[in-house]
Amino acid sequence: MTTLPPPTARKLGLVIDLDICVGCHACAVACKEWNDGGSFGPLPDSDPYGAEPDGVWFNRVHTYEISGIGNGESGIAGKPRVGKRESGIEKAGAAHKSPCAASIPHSPLPIPVATQTVHFPRSCLHCETPACVTVCPTGASYKRAEDGIVLVDEDKCIGCQLCAWACPYGAREFSAKRGVMQKCTLCVDRIYNETLEPADRQPACVKACPTRARHFGDLGDENSNVSKLVAERGGYALMPELGYQPVNRYLPPRPRRDASQPKPTSHPEPPDEMPMPPLLRWIDRVLSR
Amino acid sequence: MRPTFSIIFFTVASGAGYGLWILSGWLSLLAPRLADDRNAWAATDLVGAALCAGFLLVSAGLFSSLAHLGQPQRAWRALSQWRSSWLSREGVAALLCYIPAGAMLLACILGGWATGDAIDTRSSNWLLRMAGSRGAGGILLLLAIVTLFCTANIYASLKPIRAWHNRFVVPAYLVLGIYSGVLWLWLLIGMTQAPTTSSSLLIGICAAAIAAGLLKLAYWQFLDKPGAAAPDATGLGALGTVRSVEQPHTEENYLTHEMGFRLARKHARKLRALVLAFGFGMPALLAVLALVLPSAGAWASWLAVLFGMGGIFIERWLFFAEAKHVVMLFYGARSG
Repeated sequence: MTTLPPPTARKLGLVIDLDICVGCHACAVACKEWNDGGSFGPLPDSDPYGAEPDGVWFNRVHTYEISGIGNGESGIAGKPRVGKRESGIEKAGAAHKSPCAASIPHSPLPIPVATQTVHFPRSCLHCETPACVTVCPTGASYKRAEDGIVLVDEDKCIGCQLCAWACPYGAREFSAKRGVMQKCTLCVDRIYNETLEPADRQPACVKACPTRARHFGDLGDENSNVSKLVAERGGYALMPELGYQPVNRYLPPRPRRDASQPKPTSHPEPPDEMPMPPLLRWIDRVLSR
Repeated sequence: MRPTFSIIFFTVASGAGYGLWILSGWLSLLAPRLADDRNAWAATDLVGAALCAGFLLVSAGLFSSLAHLGQPQRAWRALSQWRSSWLSREGVAALLCYIPAGAMLLACILGGWATGDAIDTRSSNWLLRMAGSRGAGGILLLLAIVTLFCTANIYASLKPIRAWHNRFVVPAYLVLGIYSGVLWLWLLIGMTQAPTTSSSLLIGICAAAIAAGLLKLAYWQFLDKPGAAAPDATGLGALGTVRSVEQPHTEENYLTHEMGFRLARKHARKLRALVLAFGFGMPALLAVLALVLPSAGAWASWLAVLFGMGGIFIERWLFFAEAKHVVMLFYGARSG
């Protein structure tokens, strides 16, 4: 049934910390690996070892440069998100004119001080009112009433691809090999899997992240760890103005130290007044040279 | 958005088919008036021919739409979700259209063509009486309009695509469907030697061409206007200027292939002019020519269908090719 269930109390989803994601793509690879063999797999590629490999990935990691960052303030959640005339993203290769392209003192390279790299993993946000579900003509696309996970029944999907057109987040990719639409399942075949250790009952991407930039939990529960994290760090939803009410949240990058200013000079500890044994005194003298 | 031949052919051919069915229904509503004509049998002929041609165009279009599916053998499932999905509603309406159209066609064949009579509302056979009645024509007229309305709403309901989610799309599908239907009707009138090849039809063609042209002009003006603020896709725009420095994948993927289509925009201006001049202007000119020179009507109607359908085909290609999807903002596009 592609009509939406009543608002779910449980809202399982991901919280992704853009401050510490290093863009290693481990989440994407772990996701592909698990789901290729999981209940919703396989995820076959065409031309996998050839010149133009092509296939479905549920997770894609973008990398952006943010330039012209104001005075060390990272207030995405705090600032009103006024619509900009143009998309905030500039095309790679466009003339780059950072207003703060002063170089770091003594650096051989002109490193813009107010510039920051942000790695941005993109996957299904398990929206509360997902258009990808309601546009589905067959009932293959559905949102679970018990936990809000958005899934595709691959035995019912006719591969019309309308759901992919309806999703502004690019969460759905069509498998040309299988003729059906595929998407993130929030590892529904892991998180309830009682044959796994309780600690492993988390999405593969969360388990794989080496910097722990990904968190999984119930965003419908105010007291869950993920909800607290969102409240504490000002987690935000993607393009909320479109009205699909995404469940997943992104934690904005924290303000960076201004590298153009010299580091606060560290005062070396005063030499130890205590009398030292001769050997140590000699070592101290050698090391102090 | 990538223009796919199967979908373009589907919307163009079935659009013309539903246009013809709308006109067949309308003609049969006029039937009692036409029946007073001494050439009433020819009017029956014309309705029958229009129903037939509509049947062929609609069926060819629907079959073509199956070619777009990854799993066409499951297409029947698409009839189930009419409560929420415009695509499903369209499927249901498209199939429902066949009932009055088939019944009317049967009535034309058995009741009209066989006996050389007009659609006979006094036939002793109740089925023929019903099928040939104005009721069936009215139902077909309504259902065909509903089907076109659903087709248009499949696109108009998609918020991430500004070129589709606007108030021009639904009227354009309806007007272009009826416009292409009228062009086909002109051709059929010539072929069946029906007496209705009156000046009113030719004036109708001109009016439909002008309406279609104005509608598309207004639509293109809307497209060229810098739209409302493009969304800040990553939500990082509040920090500074966001620039994509590395793509998530080295090769094209489904999203960039399907939604990152750019080729057409380069030629959009020329193609738009082509649509206006040949798709709408030429058939209107030919109709004026036929008004002045009735003997030119036969070949003029052929040319009009050729130019009109060709123009609408390009128009539909542009409808896809010019549409930009919000998801491309993540890949560094400038506007959604």
